[in-house]
Amino acid sequence: MGLTIDKVSVVYPAADRRPPVEALSKIDLTIDNGEFVVALGASGCGKSTLLNLIAGFLSPSSGKMVLDGTPIAGPGADRAVVFQKHALLPWLNVLDNVAFGLQIQGIPKSQRHAEANKFVGLLGLDGFQNSPVYKLSGGMQQRVGIARALTCDPKILLMDEPLGALDALTREKAQELILTIWNDTRKSVFFITHSVEEALFMGTKLVVMSPRPGRITHVFDLPFSRKFLAGTPARQVKASPEFIHLREEVLKIIFADEEAAA
Amino acid sequence: MSDPSTAKTRPAEGMFARLSRARPTKPGEIYGVPGQGNTLWLSVASIAFLVFVWWLVTAMQWVKPLFVPPPMAVLDKFISIWNVGFTGTPFLEHLTISTARVFGAFLLACVIGLPLGLAMGMSPVLRGIFDPPIEFYRPIPPLAYLPLMIIWFGIGETSKVLLIFLSVFAPVVLGARSGVKSAAIEQIHAAYSFGASRWQVMRYVIMPSALPEILTAMRIGIGFGWTTLVAAEMVAATKGLGYMVLSASQFLQTPVVIMGIFVIAIIAFAFDLLMRFVERRLVPWKGRM
Repeated sequence: MGLTIDKVSVVYPAADRRPPVEALSKIDLTIDNGEFVVALGASGCGKSTLLNLIAGFLSPSSGKMVLDGTPIAGPGADRAVVFQKHALLPWLNVLDNVAFGLQIQGIPKSQRHAEANKFVGLLGLDGFQNSPVYKLSGGMQQRVGIARALTCDPKILLMDEPLGALDALTREKAQELILTIWNDTRKSVFFITHSVEEALFMGTKLVVMSPRPGRITHVFDLPFSRKFLAGTPARQVKASPEFIHLREEVLKIIFADEEAAA
Repeated sequence: MSDPSTAKTRPAEGMFARLSRARPTKPGEIYGVPGQGNTLWLSVASIAFLVFVWWLVTAMQWVKPLFVPPPMAVLDKFISIWNVGFTGTPFLEHLTISTARVFGAFLLACVIGLPLGLAMGMSPVLRGIFDPPIEFYRPIPPLAYLPLMIIWFGIGETSKVLLIFLSVFAPVVLGARSGVKSAAIEQIHAAYSFGASRWQVMRYVIMPSALPEILTAMRIGIGFGWTTLVAAEMVAATKGLGYMVLSASQFLQTPVVIMGIFVIAIIAFAFDLLMRFVERRLVPWKGRM
């Protein structure tokens, strides 16, 4: 069970006398239940295209995608997306933003507020239920976005560079928070990032992608998030020799891709 | 603006120096925001100055009262019309009937125009159908199609309200239509990813995010409505502010003309203030996310 992506390709048709562009070429990927898969790669490698495919915003040119036995056809509440920014609704307060998915599903107000309140608490937003979201800091807005995604109890969380707009300190705190919540809720996660350190620290599986055509070139199994969850401080995990060794190895792959493009 | 401490630290660069370089802001302000600062007192001073010039021009008898009557004469006229009416109709009736025409047309334009505009923003089919007629008539001055209105709909209320309605309708439709594009694609995707239907995305994401533009369009629309009022009351009207101004001008009663203009301006401005208040209450998040 889980998510299976089988030989999925995305080809953008030719336009303006340019040849067709192969954004993704024969992607094979499985995300088992409870797995935390991180996608990393040079810009243009198709990570966001892959996320849009799983979310159901985009249909593949060929290949198939199956989530827990059901083929993916369009967006659905079993796959919740956390965006980098601009995705909250500023006319709703924190609680109503978190409850938005349940509102879409037609859950009565008192019930969805009770459910949303659990996740407000889980994300450390207690006391801000009635605050307007546009007055919150970037880090808190992102926590509202994560709480909103979790409230609908999805099978998989799709996170599109969720921490990309945060400052370095807030970002590290948010990484730890996401890992803790992932550990508590046991959701599958597909996580896109530009930061090699973030990718290594958070994932149980790292997928390195290359552009032209977008494809998966390397897959690594990662032990670091489990070490953190077992009680090792985050900085200590990130400073360990294995971590640094793997970081350099992955950086080398990505820099080679960037240079090939330049 | 003429703070001596900054004047000392910066070399003089002529009177256009401020245009080429912004000065550091005071704490609590944001550097480089265009046009920030409170304008209330400057506006009060500007009005006082204009009234003073008006008074001066008339008091010194530089122009004949027929062309520019003194402020006091306009005020006296206002009091006398308030008391005895104009052409046999009480002043408040003139005011009520014009206000009813403008706001009636405005409400009608909003009730029809806002849903139509939203629908045009959402659906290429509706946009294709309704875009040509609206864009065709929009730039035509209402005075140009007034005769047609009268030929088609007679000289009663219908043609008057319809003329005002048409002038309000176009900006309201266009505002609602472009408001549809205000929602960030992430907000729309978020709703869809929760399994929202197209209608739910419209109801919970697109309509609320279009609200700021809709309110702006309504403000612009009602402005057009007042602009068209006088034209609407040109033919076969016996009551109304526009009629009052027009017939007073035929009898060279300049004070009444000016007074009528002021009354229209004040009502329009008061409504605009109300709309700004509504805007602050309804969309405090405007431009902040």
